[in-house]
This record gives sequence, structure tokens and C-alpha cells, in this order.
Amino acid sequence: MFNDSIGKRSEPVKNIVERGAVKKFALSIGDPHPIFIDEEVGRRSRYGTNIAPPTFPRVFDFGTIEGLNLPNKGLIHGEQIYCYNRPLKVGEEITCYAEVKDYYEKKGKQGEMGFLALKNFGTDAAGEIVFTAQQLVIINESVRRMVMSK
Amino acid sequence: MTTLTELHIGDSLHSIELAPVTRLDLIKYAGASGDFNPIHTIDEEAKNAGLPGIIAHGMWTMGNLAKLFSNLYEIGFIEEYKIRFKGMVFLNDVITLQADLKEKNGDRYFFNVAATNQSGKEAISGEVIFKTY
Repeated sequence: MFNDSIGKRSEPVKNIVERGAVKKFALSIGDPHPIFIDEEVGRRSRYGTNIAPPTFPRVFDFGTIEGLNLPNKGLIHGEQIYCYNRPLKVGEEITCYAEVKDYYEKKGKQGEMGFLALKNFGTDAAGEIVFTAQQLVIINESVRRMVMSK
Repeated sequence: MTTLTELHIGDSLHSIELAPVTRLDLIKYAGASGDFNPIHTIDEEAKNAGLPGIIAHGMWTMGNLAKLFSNLYEIGFIEEYKIRFKGMVFLNDVITLQADLKEKNGDRYFFNVAATNQSGKEAISGEVIFKTY
């Protein structure tokens, strides 16, 4: 049912790697390492500033993909892959967008399951890709029925 | 600082045992991440979804696991972090974080990583490629 979405992309959205958001995020995963939150340590580091933890892009807005209306309940997160060319730096602006890479259905124990592969991108001011984040979302039959009846 | 270059294949980074998972941990993660799916914070919603109780965000566990590498950012960075979500994490679970070096190739260190619960069952597992400068 998401077959028509394959290849579709969201409109890019500008996000700031905000100092307060990085600190709050680092604390929420029990990782208040000075490289993330101590300004002085950041300044003296090889990065010249603080960096963000690798799963920080969870916070970013990647825009909406037209026609892809996922419920916020009933989805199972199957896989997550982050790829980085370098760490995210506190204070920088990252342009984010998302793309539907694939969709397929498979018969499982709990009926027909949908597998949706999404890929998120983050680019810096120079237009270089800083990271990508791929996720595999598993959608069960009852959720699929609910979405289709909308 | 852990001396990565002294690690041999099969060696582990210093593993970490987390304090038992609390509701407040998950409320904080919901707020910090923006993931307000109520199965992670509200008992009734978890029960309505057929769960015995609230479960941790998979990304909370994945976020926690990455801290095994936080001491190493002066000599490199996580180039790839790949996780499969395998089992649910419930309140009061005691999660242990592990990273074992499985291969070295030039400036890349390949680790098997996992977060397991108090029964030794994997909640998440996968791979980290740490690239040194």
C-alpha cells in the first residue's frame, strides 16, 4: 500500500544542532560526556566545539513525505543504521530530508506484515552529506487497515 | 582514555551496567527526542497495545549503547552504527552494554555491540565501525 511512495522525498528542512537540545539529549541517554556538553572541553577538542551523540538526529525534523501518512502508534522499529562522514557539531545548521527507499509485504505469523525502508539525510552548509540514517519500520495488518481506511 | 590501538581482536571495551530502567528515564527521553508514542510512558496505552507494561524506546537503548565510545572521540568517530531491535526493555530491567572488537582494518575498528537484559537476552544488537583519524 506504500508502493506508490517509493522514491518520494520530503522537502528539505533546516535544523540547528542546538546546544541546549544536545545537552538534554545526552542527559536523557545517560551520556553527559564533556565532549557533548562542556564548552571548554569542546573548544579544546579536535573539533573546536562540542559534538552531538550519534543518535542525536532522532531530534531533527526531516520534513513530510507527500502521501506517506504513518500513524504514531502500532509501528515496530526493526532496524536503524547511522552512517557518518564526521560527527555533528554543536551550533551548525543541518539541512534534513527523508526518502522512501523501499516497501514490501511478507506473510508472517501475525498475518501480512508491511516493511517500509526510509532513509534520512543531513547535509551541512557546504552541501556535503554529514550523515544518513536508514530505518526499517514494520507495520502490522491492523495498522495497515486503519491507514488505508483514512 | 581507553587505548583503542592496544585492543586485540576479541577484546571488549569496558562494559557498562545501567541502573534499573525507570519511568522517568523514558519520560526524559520522550521529551529530549520528541518521540511521544504513549506506549513508552503511559501504562494504559501500553496495555491497549497488547503489552504487559510500558517499554523503553528502542532508540533510548541504542542511544545508551553508543556511550561505550564517548571517550574515544578525540582519536576517531563512529562512522557506522547499525542496530537490530530484538527484544523489549521493560521498567526495572537492568541493561548491560557491550562492545567486542571483531576486526581491525587500517584505520577502521569493527565492533559487535549489544544491550542485554538481566536474563542475558539481547534487547538490541548490531555493529559499530569506529574510524580513527
